[in-house]
Amino acid sequence: MTATAEKKLHDCRDAWVEALVELGQEDDRIVAVVNDSVGSSKLGPFQSEFPERLINVGIAEQDMVGVGAGLANGGKVPFVSAASCFLTARAMEQIKVDAAYSEHHMVLVGQSPGMAYGELGPTHHSIEDLAWLRTIPNLTVVVPADPEETRQAVRWAARHDGPVFIRVSRMGVPDVNPEGYEFAPGKAVTLREGSDVTLIATGTVVSRALEAADRLAERGVDARVLNMPTISPLDQDAILAAAAETKGIVTVEEALTSGLGGAVAELVVRHTPVPMRFVGVTGFAPTGEVGWLLDHFGISAEGIVSAALEILA
Amino acid sequence: MTVSEDLVPEVHPEDVPQETFEVIGRVPEGATREEAIAHLRDAARAVRGRDIRMVRAAGLGHIGGEFSVIDILVTLYLDSLNMGPELLGDPDRDRFILSKGHAAAALYTTLAAAGFIDPEDLSTFMQPMSQLNGHPARTKIAAVEASTGPLGHGLPIAVGTALAGKLDGSARRTFVVTGDGEMQEGSNWEALMTAGNHGLANLCVIVDRNRLQQGARVADTNDLEPLPDKLRAFGMEVVELEGHDHGALRDAFANVPAASGKPTAIVAHTMKGHPISFMSDNVAWHHKVPSEEQVEAALTELEQS
Repeated sequence: MTATAEKKLHDCRDAWVEALVELGQEDDRIVAVVNDSVGSSKLGPFQSEFPERLINVGIAEQDMVGVGAGLANGGKVPFVSAASCFLTARAMEQIKVDAAYSEHHMVLVGQSPGMAYGELGPTHHSIEDLAWLRTIPNLTVVVPADPEETRQAVRWAARHDGPVFIRVSRMGVPDVNPEGYEFAPGKAVTLREGSDVTLIATGTVVSRALEAADRLAERGVDARVLNMPTISPLDQDAILAAAAETKGIVTVEEALTSGLGGAVAELVVRHTPVPMRFVGVTGFAPTGEVGWLLDHFGISAEGIVSAALEILA
Repeated sequence: MTVSEDLVPEVHPEDVPQETFEVIGRVPEGATREEAIAHLRDAARAVRGRDIRMVRAAGLGHIGGEFSVIDILVTLYLDSLNMGPELLGDPDRDRFILSKGHAAAALYTTLAAAGFIDPEDLSTFMQPMSQLNGHPARTKIAAVEASTGPLGHGLPIAVGTALAGKLDGSARRTFVVTGDGEMQEGSNWEALMTAGNHGLANLCVIVDRNRLQQGARVADTNDLEPLPDKLRAFGMEVVELEGHDHGALRDAFANVPAASGKPTAIVAHTMKGHPISFMSDNVAWHHKVPSEEQVEAALTELEQS
């Protein structure tokens, strides 16, 4: 973690709420819906500025998503924000029917996902969300990697006439995207060119993939690094190019490997089969803080390096 | 009821003569109360006749709960709602959500009677590629405000659209019909808490209290009583009425909000399968498909009703 530790780390929730307050000033249709999650969503500034446009239904996730859909029916642009574990698991049928099947313009914001809640344990982890949500038709699934990507994803979702899920991390992350970066759904970002192996990462752990690429370079391995900001839709062209131009793909995510990893594998197997390795969560976590847990599951520069070397062996 | 009866439709489109069903339209302006009630009664009779033929042709449907809710739907669309084909897209239109989406055929037939759907399209009910899916979808039919089917969804959505109306200072009202068995879903009580605490006087929840659910009586499954008291405890102003009485229904709908600053809950006492003698209050008719003889017998009873 040396290279990452030297960089300034950001809580992406700050970028999320700044973007939402900006949107609120520009467009009075913007409303927030929460389940007693004002603090955990860092929505204090939005609540202060627009008290009537923050609807707190209390600890009632099914109601929360349904109310969001109704607000969309009533001409609002709702951002439904709650801890990702409760939002996605408790209200899955509402996400499927009220948001996705209904094609409502509404934004589901999964806060503190992955293993961000660390020691609170697997009840509060949201490691399943990417695997679940990528299977739901019509739903755009966004996993920002840094504050700027978070800000742009929030602004894009406010414009996009359809249902969107955005996974907003609280675990500190460095800026990873280049200057002048512009978010677009279904568009990967090539953070590093390379011809031996490709590391495809999403969200909080993109920085770990970059660090792994540095370490691989020290061993003479030229790794391509792609940031995949949307799991659905995927950037199929970038993935298939990586499959064709490098010897294999390692996926990296702070989620069960059936999220990004499963999505990439389904595509690659169909069109350009290449060796793959999957770096991610593989089961319910033991007790530990998030950084320790990531290392425990091998979602570390060292773990990613090992996976890449396996492909090249 | 065997699994095969549940899952395999017995489709008989060839047996079913195409009904001539026409747009009936709203109660005329200036109609007396008696004229309005007669208009609604005739419309409900026509809707039931078309509905039973649709279910027969599709080999699928939920005729019991359709016949219990038709008088409510007809009264809303042909009389009470500030909503017509010309108001689609008007942000201030009244909203109606059928949370018990399995009564789709009743909704579609009522929408045809009100001029939202071409009556000829009713013959496509549940056929391949039809817009008339077994449960209503907002992406398929413009007049459908919310896609429903899984129970316990419509009421939270109605609360959301009522909240939006309140935020905008709109005079529009939102009506939602739930089944009574459906009130076993916890999401409804979450939504009622929200509605009560926000004082959503622009919201009217109608419970189609037919006392039967798919497999048994509600009381024998997971009883709701004392339902009116529970609704009151959640902040509703409760009105109880006979849900097949068009006069009582239109009076209650016109009187929403029944109390200032509070959502209205109407407990509409109905009969599943009403008014057909062999269907009424009979749990077997939740989603039983009638034979041609039963269709004929039902139509004869309807003519005499």
